[in-house]
Amino acid sequence: MNQFSELTWQGLWKNNPGLVQLLGLCPLLAVTTTLTNALGMSVATILVMVGSNITVSLVRQWIPREIRIPIFVMIIAGFVTCVQLLFNAYAYGLYQSLGIFLPLIVTNCIIIGRVEAFASKNAVIPSAYDGFIMGVGFSLVLLLLGAVREILGQGTLFDGADLLLGDWASILRIEFIEFEQSFLFIMLPPGAFVALGLILALKNSLNAKVEAAVVPVQIIEKPERARINKVS
Amino acid sequence: MKKIITKNGLILAAFALAVTAIVALTHQATKNEISEQERKQLLRILDQVIDESSYDNALYKHCVPVLSRQFLGRDKQQRTFIALKDNQPVAIAIETTAPNGYSGNINMLVGISKIGVVLGVRILSHQETPGLGDKIDLAKSSWVESFNNKSSNGAKDPTWQVKKDGGEFDQFTGATITPRAVVQAVNKSLSFFKNNKDLLFTSAERCGEQ
Repeated sequence: MNQFSELTWQGLWKNNPGLVQLLGLCPLLAVTTTLTNALGMSVATILVMVGSNITVSLVRQWIPREIRIPIFVMIIAGFVTCVQLLFNAYAYGLYQSLGIFLPLIVTNCIIIGRVEAFASKNAVIPSAYDGFIMGVGFSLVLLLLGAVREILGQGTLFDGADLLLGDWASILRIEFIEFEQSFLFIMLPPGAFVALGLILALKNSLNAKVEAAVVPVQIIEKPERARINKVS
Repeated sequence: MKKIITKNGLILAAFALAVTAIVALTHQATKNEISEQERKQLLRILDQVIDESSYDNALYKHCVPVLSRQFLGRDKQQRTFIALKDNQPVAIAIETTAPNGYSGNINMLVGISKIGVVLGVRILSHQETPGLGDKIDLAKSSWVESFNNKSSNGAKDPTWQVKKDGGEFDQFTGATITPRAVVQAVNKSLSFFKNNKDLLFTSAERCGEQ
């Protein structure tokens, strides 16, 4: 089994940060009011994950075990600050609409989770790929949640896309239903919890089918981990 | 033991230094672009409250700092921008805050002509409930345009209230506190302008370099 397809499988489905590890719920629930916000958050998170995974993997042999956590946090915080400055300079509208959640990426546990669990033990290229694919897995959940909440909440898709992508993007805006009053519940955090719950339920109900379709190929390659205390 | 602690401390310091250097470099590289963006954003909003063709000075540069907790709702210095035509003041844009929004401060910019008529109001930032109070935002509803061309007879003017309180401004279904706060704040900024008109127009003070 190729390491990269294993990582892909883990990041996108088996161990999806948004749906299985349930890490980073704060941005997941807070910024997914529209698809555009979700997209901006996705880009920022992927950038930070890839950047910090690469950096940690590069310097991993110089990091003493006892002080690894403060160093990881420092590297992540540095990357987040850089991303924040870049957004401020080149995507000002989005910078404003993401608000406090952009600097709060520092506290997103997925990032330090992947740095600690993967990048600090693996070579640069797999680490970069791990950061990327875990970021994509998280982003897919963000985007799905953003789309569902935007359609149900205000009946549109890509509202405010011009803030992220420039003026031309206002043509992306699709209006499905014209609401007299937007569906407040979905726009507020409780709606996000309910929508996330439904997506989790959907994931779990599809799980058996998807695993059946993907896993048989893997089982041959990846023998079950031997347990020392197993009597057989 | 001591040796390990020293070594770890030094490593930590080295990483801190490296990370700080990277952040500082990025800051240097994006600094100009960021201030340019902020200036553009400011101009875009100024254009919405004071018609571009009515003045001929560099509006965002003619910035007079003001502070009035009573009228502008903040303990912090806020900015006013004075529009001149042929060196005569024609209008002013005042940054003001409604401290009594439904969830915290509502920051806005009020454009006022030299005779005290509202030229335009824009909400700069707020945390009002999405779907209810956020209709004060022009992106959501055209409610703020109902201030255009209005003038006030001072803080007690009965028309400067929401309709529910006997005034002439609409409230929103399910949200009265937000529009009430905005109406009050706009009225107060009008009073502030009336009381300090000459001082503002002649002031040589300028806002600090942002």
